[in-house]
Amino acid sequence: MFPELNNLLNTTPDRAEQGKLTLLCDAKTDGSFLVHHFLSFYLKANCKVCFVALIQSFSHYNIVGQKLGVNLTMARERGQLVFLEGLKSAVDVFFQAQEKPHPLQFLREASAGNLKPLFEFVRDALKPVDSGAAGWTYPVLLVDDLSVLLSLGLGAVAVLDFIHYCRATVCWELKGNVVVLVHDSGDVEDEENDILLNGLSHQSHLILRAEGLATGFCRDVHGQLRILWRRPSQSTSQRDQSLTYQYKIQDRSVSFFAKGMSPAVL
Amino acid sequence: MATVATCGGDAVGVGSAVATASKSNVTSFQRRGPRVSGTNDSGPRLVSITGTRPSVRNGQLLVSTGLPALDQLLGGGLAVGTVLLIEEDKYNIYSSLLFKYFLAEGIVNGHTLLVASANEDPANILQELPAPLLDNCKKEFDEDVYNHKTPESNIKMKIAWRYQLLPKMEQIRPVSSSRFGHYYDASKRIPQELIEASKWHGFFLPEKISPTLKVEPCSLTHGYIKLLQFIQNIIYEEGFDGSNPQKKQKNILRIGIQNLGSPLWGDDICCTENGDSGHNLTKFLYVLRGLLRTSLSACIITMPTHLIQNKAFIAHVTNLSDTVVGLESFIGSERETNPLYKDYHGLIHIRQIPRLNNLVCDESDVKDLGFKLKRKLFTIEH
Repeated sequence: MFPELNNLLNTTPDRAEQGKLTLLCDAKTDGSFLVHHFLSFYLKANCKVCFVALIQSFSHYNIVGQKLGVNLTMARERGQLVFLEGLKSAVDVFFQAQEKPHPLQFLREASAGNLKPLFEFVRDALKPVDSGAAGWTYPVLLVDDLSVLLSLGLGAVAVLDFIHYCRATVCWELKGNVVVLVHDSGDVEDEENDILLNGLSHQSHLILRAEGLATGFCRDVHGQLRILWRRPSQSTSQRDQSLTYQYKIQDRSVSFFAKGMSPAVL
Repeated sequence: MATVATCGGDAVGVGSAVATASKSNVTSFQRRGPRVSGTNDSGPRLVSITGTRPSVRNGQLLVSTGLPALDQLLGGGLAVGTVLLIEEDKYNIYSSLLFKYFLAEGIVNGHTLLVASANEDPANILQELPAPLLDNCKKEFDEDVYNHKTPESNIKMKIAWRYQLLPKMEQIRPVSSSRFGHYYDASKRIPQELIEASKWHGFFLPEKISPTLKVEPCSLTHGYIKLLQFIQNIIYEEGFDGSNPQKKQKNILRIGIQNLGSPLWGDDICCTENGDSGHNLTKFLYVLRGLLRTSLSACIITMPTHLIQNKAFIAHVTNLSDTVVGLESFIGSERETNPLYKDYHGLIHIRQIPRLNNLVCDESDVKDLGFKLKRKLFTIEH
């Protein structure tokens, strides 16, 4: 977790809000540092985390997590982290027929499938264990990333349904949080992705949008982060609050500064 | 003169060299954070796989792409377990050259190769690989095998060759530092002995599918399924995924897939506007990457993206691959006569570099890169 980002978002692991959907999106740059931030944030907040990692392997997150101060292997062993490694499971589900439905069952189907098995996996992972006080504060679902599901042949509606079910279970019933990452295709016309992004934007409480700089690549400023707080269920009597910062990613942290105030420029 | 001294040191040990003339790259680096998660690596071990080295940034194991200039741009090399996607240039001249450099590097380093193609027999592809420019020249290597002179005159001969060798090769850096990547002579063919000494598997699509077979509907095109099963078989049987613990010597599997996505593979993504309704290619890439992540292999794929009309699809493919390099040649375009570009054969675009095991990646500062192909050298310049 990045302390500077915590300050900007005005949260700490001890007193984070519950029942929220956070949308991370990136346009023309790589927003995966936000995923690492939230993963380590919620692990430090002693939450039970279900991480659906579709794009990278476990060791990748583990090594970056160690730089940020969390040990994913230990968290997985003591039951705090449930990790679905998409790449490895895809190989399993593709080459051997499974007896019971696998979370990534849609890879075997010819026509567009649905994400019901994946939702059931998430629900089983996060349902509170009655026996034995494990002591986790609240459950969190983390998905990296949803655009991969679109490119694997699922429709935007199927993915939106999945998120709806997850929100109903995790946010409403279990009072937990959901964090998802979606790539924004920008000027490339991708209808399905736009539907997904717009649909999620209207449902989420917090939107973090990492964009590349409009002027192109720069070594000292890697991009711009837009933070938008929303209240989707209540009427918009108060205006949504929005902030913009520029950032530079370093080896172990990310430093944020106001626009134009990069240390390289001053 | 430092060059001569180190080369002289190398030459003495090479007197009895056999087919793989390049020395193995045994380093004393410890491999931190290996990609292969399923192996019996409980802690850091000494790396002893030829032709690889750990990245200085994150300890990731790297292999050379065959082009030292490209290796530098990609942050030292191609990471084991990842996919390098090359967007082909319009006439598929330079992308097939890069493809061949990758395979030739595998042969020189003694890696196992897996070549898959739908339009050309893999045996023919291997015949056309460029000849490597080795430290002791190929002619000297032949002479070593045939003459039985005393060691001193051997050394003398080598030193004489050394002097003869120096002006011929256009070296950017001393030869001894390019153990990791080699230079190739694009006009010469690779010597037959090297091909025969290497281990390779070929997948030629027309041989593997019989056209009269009735195909039941399933989630991927038949050709893709066959290729995935083939790759998985090789990985499993030869123990690249660590499943065969009695294999003493670990090796890297280099996979090369040519013209993926072209109509010859049975995919209609290049033909129609809204093709690939079954998302065959993306599913293929996803499962392929899953296979690579759990084994000691690296893959190069060339794809004719200039034929794909659905731009959103290209964005999906880019997101599903690790490293993406685009080639744009000047042949036939108006840039050929542009004085700005007259020294170059084309532009090379590094579209994506993965951030593996790390928050940052080695992006180079320079984004406008042109390449030119000379007989012995493929340089990439700003």
